[in-house]
Amino acid sequence: MSAKPVVAIAMSGGVDSSVAAALLVEHGYTVIGMMLRLWSEQDSERVNRCCTPDSMAMARRVASILSIPFYVLDARQFFYDTVVKSFIYDYTHNLTPNPCITCNRIVRWDFLLNHALSAGADFLATGHYARLTQNSQYTYQLLRGVDLGKDQSYVLHVMTQKQLKHALFPLGEYTKPEVRQMAQKFNLPVAERPDSQDLCFISADGDYRQFLVRHAPQAIRPGEIIDKEGNILGHHEGLAFFTIGQRKGLRIPSPSPLYVLEKDYSRNAIIVGTRDQSGRDNFVTENVNWIATEPPDSQFTALVKIRYKAHDIPGIIKILNGNTIHVKLENPLRDITPGQAAVLYNGEVCLGGGIISNSTY
Amino acid sequence: MNQDKQVYLDYAATTPVDARVMQVMLPYFSESFGNPSSIHRFGQTVESALENARLTIAQTMDCLPEEIIFTSCGTESDNLALRGSAFLARKERGANHLLISPVEHHAISRTAEQLASLHGFELEYLPVDSFGRTSAEDVACCLRPDTAIVSVIYANNEIGTLNPIANIGRLCRSRGITFHTDAVQAAGYLTLNVNSLTTDLISIGAHKFYGPKGIGALYIRKGLNILPSQTGGNQEYGYRAGTQNIPYIVGMAEALHLTQAEKEDRTELLKPLRDHLIGSILEEIPDVQLTGHPEERLPNHVSFIFKGVDGNALLMMLDMEGFACSSGSACKTGNPEPSDVLTSIGFTRDWALGSLRVTLGMYTTASEIEGFLQVLPKVVSELRKISP
Repeated sequence: MSAKPVVAIAMSGGVDSSVAAALLVEHGYTVIGMMLRLWSEQDSERVNRCCTPDSMAMARRVASILSIPFYVLDARQFFYDTVVKSFIYDYTHNLTPNPCITCNRIVRWDFLLNHALSAGADFLATGHYARLTQNSQYTYQLLRGVDLGKDQSYVLHVMTQKQLKHALFPLGEYTKPEVRQMAQKFNLPVAERPDSQDLCFISADGDYRQFLVRHAPQAIRPGEIIDKEGNILGHHEGLAFFTIGQRKGLRIPSPSPLYVLEKDYSRNAIIVGTRDQSGRDNFVTENVNWIATEPPDSQFTALVKIRYKAHDIPGIIKILNGNTIHVKLENPLRDITPGQAAVLYNGEVCLGGGIISNSTY
Repeated sequence: MNQDKQVYLDYAATTPVDARVMQVMLPYFSESFGNPSSIHRFGQTVESALENARLTIAQTMDCLPEEIIFTSCGTESDNLALRGSAFLARKERGANHLLISPVEHHAISRTAEQLASLHGFELEYLPVDSFGRTSAEDVACCLRPDTAIVSVIYANNEIGTLNPIANIGRLCRSRGITFHTDAVQAAGYLTLNVNSLTTDLISIGAHKFYGPKGIGALYIRKGLNILPSQTGGNQEYGYRAGTQNIPYIVGMAEALHLTQAEKEDRTELLKPLRDHLIGSILEEIPDVQLTGHPEERLPNHVSFIFKGVDGNALLMMLDMEGFACSSGSACKTGNPEPSDVLTSIGFTRDWALGSLRVTLGMYTTASEIEGFLQVLPKVVSELRKISP
């Protein structure tokens, strides 16, 4: 009998990764707990060489309950240089980034995967709600998690075949309530812990706007709020504080609610309009990753998801060149936001996706 | 991943309790459980065990029993020595100057820093050479009439370097300045003879020499006065209040007795293994430097830095391969900052983050060392490959 496969599980101290770890142990794998120490604002102010944040203590406790080894890898500098810097860069270049996607691409499924494989693991598992299958051509397919409300295939659309080959998602077949129940069944002290936050590196207030004020003050330039005709309606304190489709915080008296239509980077202006004027049905997406390595066709229909929490809607995808595509949606959406990912699905299969561009077709 | 065997190469972090030590401790948990301060015979039995332990330790250190104070660990001994001397020196002669080596264990350095920041003492660091050594001449240059206490570590925990304690001790004695040494790492291999060391205060902790954790001692030279840092009952001559931990004290005495009796044999066993490790690693791995002194170091202690290697990741990989090592001082939060010790002797961040400490002990075998030497070059090169 061959040795049991070795699985490294990325642990956060939260309920999902803890239950994922417990499931792996139950399935008979040899399991190693790993945690990434990531850069965060609070942390960068701390000088103590041996501080123990709650989440790390919790992950350590879970590992000890499961009798698995547990290691912490320092990725703070790397995380800062990649995820945080590109977060700031995007906000200062008229994009609204999703740092979780950058993190999955560069930190989790590269840095951590490499360390796990080097340490002798055959697989890296995470607590993401997503599933994996192999099709008849032995190509790995990424599927939505069974719990559609928690499905996280959106942030995993950046994964390559090489990464998927070494990936495991033990929670893909379960719903969140089932996972919480399992946490109790496994006697893990995490059942009631809140989910981890998306902007994990931003300090206690959790406000990305204040983060930008602290870390990229040069990017925060006041400017004008104008309508489509160029009439000045008011003033804003910085483009980065607004996002496409936003209604609140404009502070402009108007007979009907105004929405952010676009951000004009060259004029440092926010263009607003009424509900009728807002929204569009087509956009360009760049740097597309095709999970099956190739697009299914030069033109095809797919379900399109333009934000992590958005509902997906049908669209026609046209390959422009290389990894750039044009997406034409069945009906317009008000919050198509450059910098966010557009992720494509065929039913429950995630085909891949890319970053919504400022350029138009 | 090596699931079959785990080789322990971290004896400087802690050691297993010697079976002989364990045996002498056992009666004092439930059979002879009395409080040594009690009048009755329950108390008398354990009081006699307590004083026998004190006598045993005094004999191995060539001092008087009443010069040995039991504490809860080496760190507490360091705290008692430093705080107790500093506050008394200030009270009695207005002395405010603290003189310590920059390669002290945190038990000393953090305590001294607090005495400076919170209590207004003036903290000065002694010069050290690139091996982390302080000479008596260095101390002579820094000594002042208002120096409250000098503290120099006997053998450094991170880099293994030995300091010339006897020379520094004689100098301080001749100037009438209190001298303390943290002998926690040294106690397993070097003499603790208080007369040859000419030292006023010596800290030890049992778990570094095959005794239990949670027990330590401080030698306080007779005639020297210090202030207690823990007040309460009159136990331990008033220096350290609190009911004594009899089974652990008995265990420490036995462990120290065995260790000091066997230290030459243990050194003879470990030194060739140590030198083989050092030689092979320097030959086989590129961009590596030995930290600490090549000869004047603990016989069981090997420490390196590897350029461009994440020390924490290295420890993880070695553990996965079945070898338990350390990066210098126990820290497991994945929050590596270059150690104060390594930066104080001049190593840059890029080097200092890749530190590795391999410490041998009674149960280390030549074949374990060979196995380790098979794995280390492979792991270092693998880590350098994937380093971002």
